[in-house]
Amino acid sequence: MKGVSTIHRMGGGLLLLVILLTPFIMLWLGKPFWLDIFTRLVILAIAASSLSLLLSVAGLASFGHAAYIGLGAYAVGIPVYYETYGGAPWLASYSGWWHLLLGVSVCALFALVTGAISLRTKGVHFIMITMAFSQMILYLLVGLEEFGGDDGLSVDLRSDFSLPDLSLPSAESFGFPSLNLPSLNLPPVNLPPVSLPPVSLEEPWVFYLVCFALLLLVLFIVSKVKHSHFGRVLQAARQNEQRVRALGINPYRYRLLVFVVAGVFAGLSGFLFANYAYFVSPSMVEWTRSGELMFMVILGGVSSLLGPVVGASVFVLLEHFLSRLTVFWHLPFGLLLLMVVLFGRGGIIGMLKRDSQQ
Amino acid sequence: MDWVLVLTQALNGLQLGILLFLLSAGLTLTFGIMDLINLAHASFFMLGAFVCAWATLYFDSFLIGIVCAVLGTALLAFVVEKSVISHLYVRDHLDQLLATFGLILIADTGVHLIWGPAGLAIPLPEPLQGQVRMGELVVPAYRLLIIGVGLFIAASLYWLVNKTRAGMLIRAGASNRQMLSTLGINVQLLFTSVFILGAVLAGLGGLLIAPITEASIGMGNDIIITAFVVIIIGGIGSIKGAFVAALLIGFIDTFGRAFLDSIFALFMSVDAAETAAPAVSAILVYLLMALVLVWRPQGLFPPKLR
Repeated sequence: MKGVSTIHRMGGGLLLLVILLTPFIMLWLGKPFWLDIFTRLVILAIAASSLSLLLSVAGLASFGHAAYIGLGAYAVGIPVYYETYGGAPWLASYSGWWHLLLGVSVCALFALVTGAISLRTKGVHFIMITMAFSQMILYLLVGLEEFGGDDGLSVDLRSDFSLPDLSLPSAESFGFPSLNLPSLNLPPVNLPPVSLPPVSLEEPWVFYLVCFALLLLVLFIVSKVKHSHFGRVLQAARQNEQRVRALGINPYRYRLLVFVVAGVFAGLSGFLFANYAYFVSPSMVEWTRSGELMFMVILGGVSSLLGPVVGASVFVLLEHFLSRLTVFWHLPFGLLLLMVVLFGRGGIIGMLKRDSQQ
Repeated sequence: MDWVLVLTQALNGLQLGILLFLLSAGLTLTFGIMDLINLAHASFFMLGAFVCAWATLYFDSFLIGIVCAVLGTALLAFVVEKSVISHLYVRDHLDQLLATFGLILIADTGVHLIWGPAGLAIPLPEPLQGQVRMGELVVPAYRLLIIGVGLFIAASLYWLVNKTRAGMLIRAGASNRQMLSTLGINVQLLFTSVFILGAVLAGLGGLLIAPITEASIGMGNDIIITAFVVIIIGGIGSIKGAFVAALLIGFIDTFGRAFLDSIFALFMSVDAAETAAPAVSAILVYLLMALVLVWRPQGLFPPKLR
């Protein structure tokens, strides 16, 4: 068994490495657009991982997870809109720190309130209620005419993470070109133009690496949560709630906390999405998006840490290839979903595990 | 207060409520009896509308269109139940949700393949195009027809469930299906019939609204969530609850959209009211759901425990 789990760990590391490097290799092969696809893949993997924290650890099938993506995205869109076109000075800003703070607090608050209500129920009720609350956010965003309503809002530039006080002056302002020191009669030193590498999210490669680093961070926290006391209580409550209660632990507060954490992570992916697409719209919150997220988690396999990453990868790549083949690509997609649910127990990782254990 | 306007909106609310009831009756029945949560219910809503539109245009008769749509959705429901749904009864709710989500994708693309990406409008027959005058109140005749047909269907459903042998089986199935099958009742047949009944009701809802909105791809995908809210508020599994909650939501949603800005204007500036009202009225239904859940997590009329 130990050997098998080492293989899995190595396989997981390999998978992440492949995801990290593929766009660079593709660039080398002259296909730079793969960076775009993989950025989307990584962002969706973050969202799917946050959902799997709810689903696989706590056993909470939230079908309204897209709401948090929307909230996180609008927490970028609205401040940038105000900063660009004026209005609401307390909200307006290009600062990424502010966008993150806003997105995280709004998502946490929304998760706290809706979680407090929906966690009072179980099973189908819970599924439908989370769905209904996300629909509420959808209609709220559609109702916000100022921010484009149905049509959404374009985000003019990516969140700015430079700290104004610490920002390094450019090489020119240090006066590097005047270094030829003519008084010493030395031949002029032709310094190459020195400039700092542009650490800005506007740079697609930097943005991709930031997304990837955040994915690693989320995966790390999810795995820590899974093996913590907190995570064990959640898993125990998922398997047998009565026993946990008999031990004097009320799972409600644990579930509420994990609901908030998952909401914040999904909000983080929404923050990245707004920056990725330069666009936010209510369609990000449609329940079918939540359904797709759920599909990624199930497709990859619920029981494993990297299941959602596998699911998101397969989802994004399939979508890419199928939609190039035909406009009717939802048909094979729907069939695949049906097949996975009816026949593929444990998702892709589950199938791989079964193979390696035989 | 302008009473003509209030009455007009009341009729609109009634119409929306009836439409929601047609959708949620099937949802709540299939959940109560088969313990099945079926997103693809939205697809039957859409398919009813499309088949009706196609047949109405082809045979040049709305009546034939309706008959075709009812038969068509029944047939499709039979095929879907036998091929997919019947395997899902023993699965957990998440599996059911995902599989029926897959069915929605297939149905939406299927309609796209057959009828193209644009919607289909249903031309109404001459007598239904007019308006009915009741004193100062002027109502389109077709809207009255929707309300009349909807109430008739609700009454028939009440009669079917409470007064007939089939209804007795449905109620028995909802309270204890194992006992039912021990007594020698063909439970599989019951399940299939209830599924078809629910699908036909959804299809009727779709074809009734289609002459107003036209049949379009994914037309059921938003209203299905409102139907979920209806059965959550009403109590999942209860037809009576679905009826009460559907009308409640129909009225609240319609009145909220129509009058909330004037109500808000009573205690805030007109500008602020006009900004806030659309956003608040859009989420009114969900606020109601949240309130009901805080007060009664099992809904207003939860079915009796098994």
